[in-house]
Amino acid sequence: MPDWSIDIIITLIKIVVVELVLLTGVAYTVYAERRVSAFIQHRYGPNRVGYQGLLQPLADVFKLIMKEDIVPERANKFVHSLAPAISLFVALSTFAVIPFGDKILIAGKEIKLQIADVNIGVLYILALLSLGVYGITLSGWSSNSKYSLLGGLRSSAQMISYELSMGLAVLGLILINSSFRLDTIVMNQYGWKWNIILQPIGFITFLVASFAETNRTPFDLPEAEQELVGGYHTEYSSTKFALFFMAEYAAVIVSSAIITTLYLGGWQFPYLQTFGLPDMAVSIIQVLTFCGKTAFMVFFFIWVRWTIPRFRYDQLMNIGWKVMLPAALTNLILTAIVITIIKLNS
Amino acid sequence: MNIETIIFLVFGITAVVSAVLMVTRKNPIISAIFLILNFFTVAVIYLLLKAQFIAIIQVLVYMGAIMVLFLFVIMLLNLKENKKPSEYSFKKITAILISILLALLLGTSVYFGFQGKQMNEVAEKIGTAESLGRTLFTTYSFHVLAAGMLLLAAIVGAVMLAKKKFE
Amino acid sequence: MLELNYFLVLSALLFSIGVVGVLVRRNAMIIFMCIELMLNAINISLVAFSSFLGNDSGQIFVFFVLTVAAAEAAVGLAIVISLFRNKESLDIDKINILKW
Repeated sequence: MPDWSIDIIITLIKIVVVELVLLTGVAYTVYAERRVSAFIQHRYGPNRVGYQGLLQPLADVFKLIMKEDIVPERANKFVHSLAPAISLFVALSTFAVIPFGDKILIAGKEIKLQIADVNIGVLYILALLSLGVYGITLSGWSSNSKYSLLGGLRSSAQMISYELSMGLAVLGLILINSSFRLDTIVMNQYGWKWNIILQPIGFITFLVASFAETNRTPFDLPEAEQELVGGYHTEYSSTKFALFFMAEYAAVIVSSAIITTLYLGGWQFPYLQTFGLPDMAVSIIQVLTFCGKTAFMVFFFIWVRWTIPRFRYDQLMNIGWKVMLPAALTNLILTAIVITIIKLNS
Repeated sequence: MNIETIIFLVFGITAVVSAVLMVTRKNPIISAIFLILNFFTVAVIYLLLKAQFIAIIQVLVYMGAIMVLFLFVIMLLNLKENKKPSEYSFKKITAILISILLALLLGTSVYFGFQGKQMNEVAEKIGTAESLGRTLFTTYSFHVLAAGMLLLAAIVGAVMLAKKKFE
Repeated sequence: MLELNYFLVLSALLFSIGVVGVLVRRNAMIIFMCIELMLNAINISLVAFSSFLGNDSGQIFVFFVLTVAAAEAAVGLAIVISLFRNKESLDIDKINILKW
C-alpha cells in the first residue's frame, strides 16, 4: 500500500471518530441541559428512560423522526429544506481544524490528533462561523411566516455585529503567537501560560461573542419564545427540526472546543511532562484534558442559560457596538503595545 | 486528465452555471443564494491557484459579510417577486448580443494569448498569510492606509445615508 | 496540467455574465450583485496571474478590490434603502429624477 493511501485512511478514521463523538456529545448535551436546568430550578428532570434517564436522548430522536414532516404551503420548498442542512454542516465541519490532542504513536507511526492541520486554522473557524448565519436567515425567509422572518432578521443583524468583536478578540492571540495555526497556539500555552491569563479582556469578549453567535441565552432573540413563538424554526417539524436542534447543540460544543483551544490551553495539562509518565498515558491524559475542559465550557453555557434573563433587542445592539467592539479594540491595541515594548527590551 | 483539472472543470462549470442562474432568476433572494454558491466555487478556484489566504478571505468577507448584508437588506425591504412576464425589448436583445460578443472577444484573446504557461514553483509560498502580510505592510503600507480611509469614508457615508432625517 | 488560460477564460465568462446582468435586469439589488460578480471575475484573473508569474502583487490587489467591494456594499445598500423609502420600488427605470 502506498504511503499516501495510509494517510487518507487515517484521516478518514479520524473524521468518523470525531463526528461520532460529536454527535453522541450533542445527544447527551441535550440531556445534560435538561438535567442541569431541572437541578437549577429544583425539579427532577427526565429520569424515567433507562438508568437516571440516560436513554432519554434516544427516545427524543426516535420521537422526532417519527413525526410528520410539515412544510408550509407557500414556503419555498428548496430553501426550506436547505436551511437546516447548512446549519448542521457548518456546526459539524468547524471541528476539522481543532486539535484535540498532541501526537500519538501507533505501530511506529506518528499520528497527529487533529483532522486537518492547516496554517490558517483561526481564519477557517471564523469563516465557518460567519457562514452559520445563512441557515437561520434562510430558514426565516423561506418559511413565509412573520415570526420566522423576524427571527431570521434578528439573527443576521446580531451575528454581523458580534462577529466583529469576535474577530478582533482573536487578533490579540494572533499577535502573541504570530501564527494562524491552532496547533502553534495550543503549543504556546504550556505551563501556566494559558491565554485566559495573558488575554483576559480578549477572553471575556470572545466568550460573550460566542454566546451571541450560538444564539444562546442571554442572546437568544432569534428564537425568543415569548415574542416570536419559535423564531426561525417556528414552521419546522420532524427531521428538519431535529437538524436545527442538533445544529444548536453542536454549535455549543464546537464553541466550547474553540474557547478551550484558544484560551484555556487546549489539550495542555499543566506540568504533565514533569511527572515522568509513559508516552501513551501522556497522550490519553491530554485528550481527556481537552474533553474535560470542553465539557466544563458546555456546562458553563447551560449554567448561564438558566441563570441570566434575555436582553432586549436595543440592549443587545448597544452591548455589541458600544461595549464589545471598543473592548476588543482596546485589547488589541494594548496587546500590540506590550509586545512592542517586550521586543524593544530584548 | 489529472485530479486538479477535474476539480477545476467541476467548479468552473458550477461557477458559470450559478452565475447564469443568478442573472436569470426573478426572485432576488434566490439570486443571492446562487451568487453565494458562485463565491464558494471561486474560493475553491483560488485554492487550486495555491492562494489559500485569499480563498479563506473570500469566504470570510464575501460570503460571510457582504452577502449576509445583501440578504438582510432584501429581507428587510421584503422585495416581492416580479410577477409580470419579462418582455424581450430591442434594448435587452442588443445588450445580450453585445455581451456575448464581449465574452467571445475576451475569451478567445486570453485563450490564445496566454497558452502554455505553467504554474510558478513559488506560488505555494506567496499564497500564505505570512508572505502576503509582509508585502502588504512594507511595499504597500501607504495603500493600506488609503484603503483604511476609504472604509472610514464608507462607514460615515452609509450612516449618513441610512439615517431617517438630517437633524 | 492546469494552464493560465483556463483561469482567464473562466474569468472572462463570469465577467461577461455580470455585464449581461447589469444591462438586462432592472432590479437595483440584482444589478448590484452583478457588479460584485464582475469584481470577483477580475479577482480570479489577478490571483491567476499572481500565481503563474510568481509575483504577489496580484494577490495584494485582490485585498484592495475586496476593500472597495466592502465599502461599495455598505454605501450602495444605504442608497438602496433610502431609494426604497422614497419610491417603494427598486426598479431603476422608475428612478429617473436625475434624467430631467
